[in-house]
Amino acid sequence: MSSVYVAPSSEIAARRLGDEMVIMSVRDSTLFSLNEVATLIWQAADGSTPLHEIVQRTVCAAFDVDPSVALEDAERFVRELVRHGILSLSDRPITRVPATRPEGV
Amino acid sequence: MSSLMQETNARALSLGVPLSVQWDLTYRCNERCVHCYLDHEDHGEMTAAEIKGVLDQLAEAGVFFLTMSGGEVLLRKDFFDILEYARAMLFNVKLKTNGILIRERDAERIRSLGVQQVQISIYSHRPDVHDAITKVRGSLSRSLDAIRFLKSKGLKVTVANVLMRQNMRDYAGVKALAAELGVEVTIDPTITPKMDGDTSVLTLRIPPRTLGEVFHDERMVGDVTAFCAPPPGPDDSVLDGFPCSAGHTACYISPYGDVYPCVQFPLPCGNVRREKFLEIWRHSKALAEVRSIRVRDLSICPGCRHAGTCTRCPGLAYMEGNMRGPSSADCDKSFVRTGIPPATMLPGASAPSGLLQIRNRGADGRGAPRAAGERARRSPRRPRS
Repeated sequence: MSSVYVAPSSEIAARRLGDEMVIMSVRDSTLFSLNEVATLIWQAADGSTPLHEIVQRTVCAAFDVDPSVALEDAERFVRELVRHGILSLSDRPITRVPATRPEGV
Repeated sequence: MSSLMQETNARALSLGVPLSVQWDLTYRCNERCVHCYLDHEDHGEMTAAEIKGVLDQLAEAGVFFLTMSGGEVLLRKDFFDILEYARAMLFNVKLKTNGILIRERDAERIRSLGVQQVQISIYSHRPDVHDAITKVRGSLSRSLDAIRFLKSKGLKVTVANVLMRQNMRDYAGVKALAAELGVEVTIDPTITPKMDGDTSVLTLRIPPRTLGEVFHDERMVGDVTAFCAPPPGPDDSVLDGFPCSAGHTACYISPYGDVYPCVQFPLPCGNVRREKFLEIWRHSKALAEVRSIRVRDLSICPGCRHAGTCTRCPGLAYMEGNMRGPSSADCDKSFVRTGIPPATMLPGASAPSGLLQIRNRGADGRGAPRAAGERARRSPRRPRS
């Protein structure tokens, strides 16, 4: 799963709140709160960077963590968000990425 | 409210983030509801370009929930342009509308843009009653069509049922209609004074006896015994708490850029045409005053047995003359719900003073929205108008 590409779905609302991210599925109103690590992955999910590279660049650069463990955690996280329609997943770069601007404090 | 939602609200409060904003994009309307508090003239609405600039600021400030309302928000020709921009900024958008202008194609656009929820006002299940309130023949039929279009596209729709004398016997009918349509319904007996200070609409409030019947109808409130239970006296956690989220994690913006703590709390805090939103949010003296108030600082309520369960509205209290005072309509609600007199009804309690008067600000900045009491303090020689 590591050579996959991820991008935010267009069916979400999202905002950064402190060092976490608040996300809601506009389809079923399910609310998610991403922790600091998940937020890093989320923000780097641009549809064109492979997941393993995102993990390497963000999580491994920010935290003292074994890369294979970090990738495994990231894959589990991505699967969960894909299941809820929060992230899109593809084995090729995703070109139709919404103009996400989840700014905030 | 889910525990995650409560945690998010608490986090926003601790960070000083305005999590929710209601923005009325216009006060123009295609209905003329008998209870409406608005002046429907256009005094210089913000342009789409201005609105988009402020949406950028709201996103930067951390606003997540954005309610776009009016007036009738779909009367703006640039409505979908603004909505598309807001959704590109990933706001969680809720629309409040009467639905009259929503046809199937509009419903499809609203759905494709990822609106989270649409709230439509329905006053009665009977066309003659609903249309008499809106003063638009055929309006119930068109609003119901809109609900069906939106539902057919998979959108979450809620019906808002404002209760007044004209429709006070129809709430069960509206609830049954909502169930038939597969949508939720909220019932609200709150009628507020008009923005020009006209209080004549308050005569439309349903009488306490009828309100009591609503509060004791299990179809409306579920467990009547629990809903109408005598309140425990307020403890320290209540007394140390904030009266409501207005000005703490929520605020309101008018079509002219005026910022208030809430749509129902017309305390002028600034204008986004002249100042950055975050400047207003962080440095407004009016907001600082609102935020300084705990329940124990209120004038009468800390000694009231209902303080922990009352629906007291600081905005209505402000319109009655004192943002630290009681909101008398909510005192009435607490009484008819439980049968226990609130502190304002006990011997020796003083009645609230007269209602304040609010004025709109035009694009030229004239007619600044102030409470008449505030204007009287600043210009003591000018009579209240």
